[in-house]
Amino acid sequence: MAKLILSMESMVLKEIPLTKERMTIGRKPHNDIQIDNLAISGEHAVVVTVLNDSFLEDLHSTNGTFVNGKSVEKHFLQNGDVIELGKYRLKFVSEVPAQAPAGAAAPPPADFEKTMVLRPDMVHKTTEQIQQKAMGDTQVGFKAAAAAPAPAPAAAAPVLPPAAVQILSGANTGKELELTKTLTTLGKPGVQVAVIARRPHGYFITHVEGASFPVVAGVTLEANKPHPLKDHDIIELAGVKMEFFFKA
Amino acid sequence: MDLSKALEVATLSDTGQVRSHNEDAVLANAAAGFVILADGMGGYNAGEVASGMTTTLLGSELAKAFAEREPFETEADGRRRVHVVLEQEIARTNGAVYQAAQSQPQYAGMGTTLVMAVFQDDRITVAHIGDSRLYRLRGEEFGQVTRDHSLLQEQIDSGLITPEQARHSQNKNLVTRALGIDPAVEPEIHDYEVQPGDIYLLCSDGLNDMVEDEEIAMTVQALGANLELCAMQLVQMANDNGGRDNVSVILVRVKESFAAPRRGWWQRFLGWFKAR
Repeated sequence: MAKLILSMESMVLKEIPLTKERMTIGRKPHNDIQIDNLAISGEHAVVVTVLNDSFLEDLHSTNGTFVNGKSVEKHFLQNGDVIELGKYRLKFVSEVPAQAPAGAAAPPPADFEKTMVLRPDMVHKTTEQIQQKAMGDTQVGFKAAAAAPAPAPAAAAPVLPPAAVQILSGANTGKELELTKTLTTLGKPGVQVAVIARRPHGYFITHVEGASFPVVAGVTLEANKPHPLKDHDIIELAGVKMEFFFKA
Repeated sequence: MDLSKALEVATLSDTGQVRSHNEDAVLANAAAGFVILADGMGGYNAGEVASGMTTTLLGSELAKAFAEREPFETEADGRRRVHVVLEQEIARTNGAVYQAAQSQPQYAGMGTTLVMAVFQDDRITVAHIGDSRLYRLRGEEFGQVTRDHSLLQEQIDSGLITPEQARHSQNKNLVTRALGIDPAVEPEIHDYEVQPGDIYLLCSDGLNDMVEDEEIAMTVQALGANLELCAMQLVQMANDNGGRDNVSVILVRVKESFAAPRRGWWQRFLGWFKAR
């Protein structure tokens, strides 16, 4: 469950778990999070939580609500966001590391990410697991017990050196083509086309279309079989020779 | 009408890098002009059972129904046959999966998403339930045709979050509709016209959660001439990015027009008579 850590002048005052669908913040005592300070409006802001996502909304406060230094009216809270209200700070911490630094932690067990069905009729059956939907009147239940953590960002790709292809014959002799995109196509559509795919562990060339197949370092490519490219490999395609090389 | 000359189809389904089972199922019948993709959910192997039952049942029933009478014919109630058959067979499949889930404890709670397309009379009829998608490439333009039945899509629709923010949402995997979890299900069915040269991509969320739409678009554009390679490349990109879920793709290229033969009033009258 996500929580807010209230602090003032870098002194932590308290931790507030986001247990309710709507948590109001303000100076008046009826707020869920009361901050008794004149810089805070009576009803200053509200945090709305929908399952695993939390949203912050300013309630037209006099002095405004700031997130990471920027004035906001409505904001989709991300792990680590700092909400500023007058001298007070509220740090938003979501238990699941939403955006772990690339390649940091091992992925969570696969089961947590499995698709689940939201059912409108489950509301009264599993009250503890249920958080009500914020907008509209429809209440939405949550069938499975496990909450779904964020799919972590893609695993860190090993650093692949930049590479390029240089044309060695024909009209464009000397021209260099940098392989910066995931896919780079070579050749003439309808005649002969090959593609070089940039993958985490190397560059691969594959025949796409045309009756004749490209030749790489003297070897003719097989259909739909990606061929790994080595430094200084010579590619022959549609009568044109070119050289693949790493630009390290 | 045999559409195998008008349509070129490639399918590929992969377990991915993390999961132990492949709970996706794909089925293509180019001759009859339809393709089906399902992404199952449920404990142990129940997800596979749900998606497998769905593609197999729909595959055989649709082939039978369209062999009896063409999908573009008009039914007694004035609707195209394809719509009537889809509604009926999806309802029946839903019933079968639901029954299996009810009667066998190991299958309790299983369900599946569904996205399918029927090609008939220069049109595509798309039916979907859940968050499996259909995209279309026409010329330079690549776009998503279906709209997910998911919490995230609802939040985007209501303006709560932007599509950009949705990429960071932690509620990615919550669907609001699925086949087999209730006695009845409502598929979303739409018709679109088809042009020769169009490429259609059906996929499970294992692709579009791992690979950005722009990358998918680029791949389909670059490799559209070789559908099999294109399917391999898409799956590989999802796996290279982590492959956290099963990845399935179906690619269909429209090679030529497949308009229904136009008929005179007498044949239409006979057809109407037969439909009664």
